[in-house]
Amino acid sequence: MATAYLLMASSTAGQAATTLLGVIEAVGGFIAILVIVFFVAGRATGRLQKPIAVVICLGPALFLVTLGLIIPAITTINNSLKNQQFLGQLDTQYIGFKNYTYAFTDPTTQQTILRTVLWLLIVPAAAVAVGLLVALLVDRMKYSSIPKTMIFLPTAISFVGAAVIWSYVYNYVTPSQPQTGLLSEIVMKLGWSNPPNWLITAPTNTFLEMVIMIWIQAGFAMVVLGAALKAIPDEVIESARLDGAEGFTLFRTVQIPMIRNTLVVVLTTVMITTLKVFDIVFTINNGNFDTDVLARQMYADMFVTSQVSRGSALAVILFLAVTPLVFYNIRQLRRERETR
Amino acid sequence: MKRNTRFATAAAGVVALVAVAGCSSGSGTTAQSSAVPTLTGDCAQYQPYAGHSGSTVTMFGSILSPESDSLNTSWAAFSKCTGIKIQYTGSNTFESDLPVKVNGGNAPNLAIIPQPGLLSQMVQTGTVKKPPADTVANEANWNAAWKGYGSVNGTFYAAPMSANMKSLVWYSPKYFADNGYTVPTTWADMMSLSAKMASKMTGAVKPWCGGIGSGTASGWPATDWLEEAVLGSFGGQVYDDWISHKVTFSSPQIQQAMKIVVDWMQNPAWVNGGYGDVKTIATTTFQNAGLPILKNQCGMLQQASFYEAQWPKGTKVGPDGAVFAFKLPAVNPSIVTPVEGGGEFVTAFASDPATQAVQNYLSSPQWAESRIKVAPGWVSANEKVDQSLYTDPIDKISAKYLADPKATFRFDASDAMPAAVGSGAEWKAMVDWFGSGKSSLDVAKETDAAWPTK
Repeated sequence: MATAYLLMASSTAGQAATTLLGVIEAVGGFIAILVIVFFVAGRATGRLQKPIAVVICLGPALFLVTLGLIIPAITTINNSLKNQQFLGQLDTQYIGFKNYTYAFTDPTTQQTILRTVLWLLIVPAAAVAVGLLVALLVDRMKYSSIPKTMIFLPTAISFVGAAVIWSYVYNYVTPSQPQTGLLSEIVMKLGWSNPPNWLITAPTNTFLEMVIMIWIQAGFAMVVLGAALKAIPDEVIESARLDGAEGFTLFRTVQIPMIRNTLVVVLTTVMITTLKVFDIVFTINNGNFDTDVLARQMYADMFVTSQVSRGSALAVILFLAVTPLVFYNIRQLRRERETR
Repeated sequence: MKRNTRFATAAAGVVALVAVAGCSSGSGTTAQSSAVPTLTGDCAQYQPYAGHSGSTVTMFGSILSPESDSLNTSWAAFSKCTGIKIQYTGSNTFESDLPVKVNGGNAPNLAIIPQPGLLSQMVQTGTVKKPPADTVANEANWNAAWKGYGSVNGTFYAAPMSANMKSLVWYSPKYFADNGYTVPTTWADMMSLSAKMASKMTGAVKPWCGGIGSGTASGWPATDWLEEAVLGSFGGQVYDDWISHKVTFSSPQIQQAMKIVVDWMQNPAWVNGGYGDVKTIATTTFQNAGLPILKNQCGMLQQASFYEAQWPKGTKVGPDGAVFAFKLPAVNPSIVTPVEGGGEFVTAFASDPATQAVQNYLSSPQWAESRIKVAPGWVSANEKVDQSLYTDPIDKISAKYLADPKATFRFDASDAMPAAVGSGAEWKAMVDWFGSGKSSLDVAKETDAAWPTK
């Protein structure tokens, strides 16, 4: 067998063949193991039957969760307590919580954390507000599918694609030259003769980047909230109208409470996405000009600037920040299912 | 689906390992049993590397096609005569790929590392092998500074491969001639020339242009400007202490150098030719930075020899062409020919005889000459290389200074500093310095704060 590999390894085609053979062997072995396991399980009777079934059904999922989630999480937490700078470094030591102290005391990282909080406060609220507004406006429109499609379309665009599109909108050219950026052109037509260089002017640039995220997420919010609004029974609305509720009062006292659970789920979902924002910031400015956020700095620490432990600490902070939101989100989803 | 493939690849990896193990033991036995063959004719020159026929040496680097094709051509005769196959793979994310490969036990036999900082990292993982005696002997053909950059904690590990010259200023010979400007030979001349140009220019036309945008590496061209100012003002010792952080960014020398850059590349009357104000330097890509020179909108651009590739196809480069370059003069005339450059280092992760034969060959002037003959745009700092082989005017001027034994040669400092600073905090600081108008001291403090603590 080894000689066969040796002969084949001499050429590129041989290497491909070796790899292919390896793949076939691996897949074959995997199937063989499965067949044996199922055969043994099928044979088992009596007292052992139930425990074996539990192990077989739960085993693969548990194995993959351990391999893909639990072990990396433990490794990351472990790394965050060391002074490791790059992959494979030999002389690393445990330095306690110094990386966490650094994250909360280093001025640059402090600003990054604050900026991420700002994202978290503004984007979900704005995206839900826009989504809800559009959902209400088009609810009883004649050709409602057209504006709905237009608003929903950005949701289907990747964050990187969206960032590239918007970077053209925000493009800056010296005012004396012909303008190529839509935003500059518009404000100049409106009479602002000398607009700033949008993407390098802090803090404007951060808000302009948030607009991209809102643009993407509003469509998602609109669709889910629109469905929830439609699901409110007509009798409820009618009886509220008979009681004299109209317009904003109806919206505030009847419609909002009726879709409250959905509202919370949409809000927390957008929050989780926002907390993890990376692509937009990375594509537009690479976190330069005071636009950095937690996920991007974590990436840079881990893979660009060889600060594995500092990056790991940021990853743990991000993880801890997302966890309560995820729990809350799951609980709300459950509750909503129960009420239906 | 993805999980399955990963599992399969892992299994295939195990299989491949078995195959490699079989392979290396096989070649080992042949080397022991058969005597070294005598190479004749055209192949005679490769005799020192003979005796390892049938082995393959894997090589990993950041050089991509078409440059990597030239490399392959340059050692084709060596491979044919010695029977050693060199299998080169290039990656545009080399710097992040190499640590992953090495950490995963999948290191190449040889890696071409462009940053002394990364070399030092790799050595600290304990996987880098010391070079053979012949490579160590060949090292004497380079300016002593090069050996230092190929060494970690005083131990020599990697011999240099190619070199590039950073201390160049690009200009248009025709534009200079038309306006009666002459190429400056001292820093004071260059400053008075800039002032003279500025007094004659109007609108978007300025004496200097620059751009430091470079995707995720934005900021690096500005680190070069600062490095030139440090090396040209204070010489090699301060420069070396700066790399080792004995001299910090906030210390008076570096602050003085930053002042020099502020008066030069952040001078609103002098930049940014063809693009606008000082801030546009932060948003202009380094590739586009010099193009206004061709439109007579910018007088000069400080950029490395490899900028030659950025001129549009058909642009004639040379003393009588559309663009050419002169050597950036020293800020302080008492510093002897300060030359800042970059280059690559051939690092071994294996110590089998075939890998060492390739290592020896690549450190020889013979190979460098073979590479020079393949295509222009490639320079060696090896002092034994025949300078008359260079055909390209920029290669000629670069080689003249890089292989000058008397020059004060220093490697790009940001590449030699720890990555947290040299490819992180300092880049970001430079972008802020130009783009957000932050003060030199604030920028320096930010950079110093990111220096990794032991």
